Amino acid sequence: MDRDKRFEALEAYMKEINYDPSMLINVLHRAQQLFLWLPKDVMEFIAQKLRIPKSKVMGVVTFYNFFSTKPVGRIQIKVCLGTACYVKGGDRVMERFLEELGLKEEGQVTPDGMFSVHAVRCVGACSMAPVVLIGDSDFYGRMSPDKVPRLVKKYKRLAEQMVKEGEPS
Amino acid sequence: MKEIRVCAGGACIASGAFSVRDALLKELKEKGLDGQYKIVETGCMGMCSRGPFMVVDGVVYAKLNERAVKEIVDSHLVGGKVVEKYLMALPEGQKVKEAFKEHPFFSRQVKIVTRNLGKIDPKSIDDYIDRGGYKALEKVLKEMKPQDVIEEIKNSGLRGRGGAGFPTGLKWEFAAKQKSDRKFVVCNADEGDPGAFMDRAVLEGDPHSVLEGMAIAAYAIGAQQGYIYVRAEYPLAIERLTVAIDQARRRGFLGKNILGTDFSFDIQIRIGAGAFVCGEETALMASIMGERGQPRVRPPYPVEKGLWGYPTVINNVETLANIAWIINNGWREFRKYGTEKSPGTKVFALAGKINNTGLVEVPLGITLRELIYDIGGGIPGGKKLKAVQTGGPSGGVIPADKIDTPIDYESLTALGTIMGSGGIIVLDEDDCMVDVAKFFLEFTVHESCGKCTPCREGTRAMYEILDRISKGEGTMEDIDALEELAVVVKETSLCGLGQTAPNPVLTTLRYFREEYEIHVKEKRCPAKKCRDLISYVIDPKACTGCTACKIVCPTGAIEGELNKLHYIHQDLCIKCGSCMDVCRFDAVFKVSPPIKEDEKVQSS
Ligand SMILES: Cc1cc2nc3c(=O)[nH]c(=O)nc-3n(C[C@H](O)[C@H](O)[C@H](O)COP(=O)(O)O)c2cc1C
Ligand code: FES
Repeated sequence: MDRDKRFEALEAYMKEINYDPSMLINVLHRAQQLFLWLPKDVMEFIAQKLRIPKSKVMGVVTFYNFFSTKPVGRIQIKVCLGTACYVKGGDRVMERFLEELGLKEEGQVTPDGMFSVHAVRCVGACSMAPVVLIGDSDFYGRMSPDKVPRLVKKYKRLAEQMVKEGEPS
Repeated sequence: MKEIRVCAGGACIASGAFSVRDALLKELKEKGLDGQYKIVETGCMGMCSRGPFMVVDGVVYAKLNERAVKEIVDSHLVGGKVVEKYLMALPEGQKVKEAFKEHPFFSRQVKIVTRNLGKIDPKSIDDYIDRGGYKALEKVLKEMKPQDVIEEIKNSGLRGRGGAGFPTGLKWEFAAKQKSDRKFVVCNADEGDPGAFMDRAVLEGDPHSVLEGMAIAAYAIGAQQGYIYVRAEYPLAIERLTVAIDQARRRGFLGKNILGTDFSFDIQIRIGAGAFVCGEETALMASIMGERGQPRVRPPYPVEKGLWGYPTVINNVETLANIAWIINNGWREFRKYGTEKSPGTKVFALAGKINNTGLVEVPLGITLRELIYDIGGGIPGGKKLKAVQTGGPSGGVIPADKIDTPIDYESLTALGTIMGSGGIIVLDEDDCMVDVAKFFLEFTVHESCGKCTPCREGTRAMYEILDRISKGEGTMEDIDALEELAVVVKETSLCGLGQTAPNPVLTTLRYFREEYEIHVKEKRCPAKKCRDLISYVIDPKACTGCTACKIVCPTGAIEGELNKLHYIHQDLCIKCGSCMDVCRFDAVFKVSPPIKEDEKVQSS
């Protein structure tokens, strides 16, 4: 979807909820779904449409972990570091992803813009710990560091395909 | 038509429940049985470690895949013969057909909150109604006055399952007494305690029970509008709730003039955005109103001044899921379970170093020993139980020698921890208590909203001390300072987050002080967990020179040729542990204190 279409979709959602400013967080969720992260012009657009100060939007965005004001990879790798995952070695899985992708720290994006790795809090699948989520809906349970290289390879192929198909980012 | 139930709980979906379902559909069709069987996709059946599950004629099949499904259809459905290899085994190894009745993991449970989990299709309001759903709401609206409802809940002794254990009936009574033409009911579905997934299972597996509980609460206190605050990490729960609310509206259980009475009540979903503090009720209200989720001083309590300044009752998911059952069965029946001061049941999420991870609902007052060994099947790999962590970042650890304590609000508080929302993390001998405390403090440092100084600065200072100790850089004075700080933060923080954040530190110090001292005095981590205090080494006697570790080592720290002894260069090793994971000969082991390059280890 190109950028204008995304703004349209976001506006449609705000209209659906009658531009109710108390729904700001839900609106931001919708925006992040559409844009992957929250660029400045998107936040300004929301402020204007909901008739609230820009500072209010910024304040809310920066308060919550879920929202990102920095670009993220098109394929996000989320490693659970909740308690159950941590005691089963989630931190080591995290490190291995960073290493395989040549990233220094979580949140950083690979030079091609395709990948970023993020630590997340418990995703409620503790019985499958350690747990990793990739992209929107791919779930991997009972992970271990030595399973990481194969996964990275798999998603690198997918990334290549995405580039080939020329999906605009 | 006969039912085949397939578990579509979060963990089972992750282990392939949908491909099991699709395979089942295909097989049934091929065998021409699709007219005889109906597939019901249910919520979590509980034993998440053994999924995907399927139940036919009461027979429980576990750990399924597509091939298993084909065999079961061929043998069981067509041939009438149970397929033994996919049955569940008792701890003694014997296979059982009706595991829900025969396996101790299931047979010791009492299902009130989870009464419909694994039995109904959460997307079907008819399934819920068939099992007595919305009867309680009807009874309340047509036969009871609001005050009667409050009395019933008060008599039941139900206490809030969100952590603090406040009597629910009393909370409702306070709200009911407020004179106001607008009131709210809020369901707290933020489930922020990492390691807990009870609320998730209820929301995904039986959403109507929560809606019914909310509607009854609304009637009791005189509210017109409700909100469910769900964390964003639970997209499936959000989806199922959305469907459920829509169905309930269409059937007249929500909306204007419910069931033809003059009671009107509707519910909206609000999505969290990953802030632990938003589970705290005043922060949660701020978040619902679209603000930064910062807590405020209580009083005034939400029952007096809540959302937009109006009286508001906030209850946890599990608390609300109890309500309809109590109305239907009466408070006396409820009180048959649990203890005098903690009646009823509690759903626990078992995770960590335990064989049967998953969800269990048991009467309060059961001991941790029963929960961990009889129901949870004990500790895997022949390891020793070290401690049990309850209450997440607000709770603490209970050492192995105290596991005969009954689980109720007061007993856990006396041990220095809290009941919390019901997450139980089992820790074994490989877990370091300094590391556990550090893990939780890192969490609270990150999650502290920054509004009050003791919590913002105090948790950071505690974290820094723990970090030093875990690196072998701590002093004995550090341990004392840590304890003093913990007490100050506990006593002076603004909200529950800060007031409980020191609990992991205080309990580990109380029960495992010696372990802290060993880190300080001997620069050694007895559990061999703290990275700066260990080294990985290769046992010359066990190493076969298979090169597996050399291949996997990300930093090239391992040297050795095929069939010759391998060696780890300590100056290159980043202690990722990959070598130990891949070694099939148990030849890689850890030592503490760490060794230097060229230093020989005394053989262990
Ligand atoms: C830091 C903090 C986090 C909390 N998180 C939750 C939570 O995730 N879910 C919940 O139900 N209650 C949580 N609570 C407790 C709520 O403030 C509140 O007591 C509860 O929702 C009341 O419902 P109940 O009486 O039914 O338990 C939390 C409290 C604190 C201090
Ligand atoms: S701690 Fe990772 S899913 Fe719960």
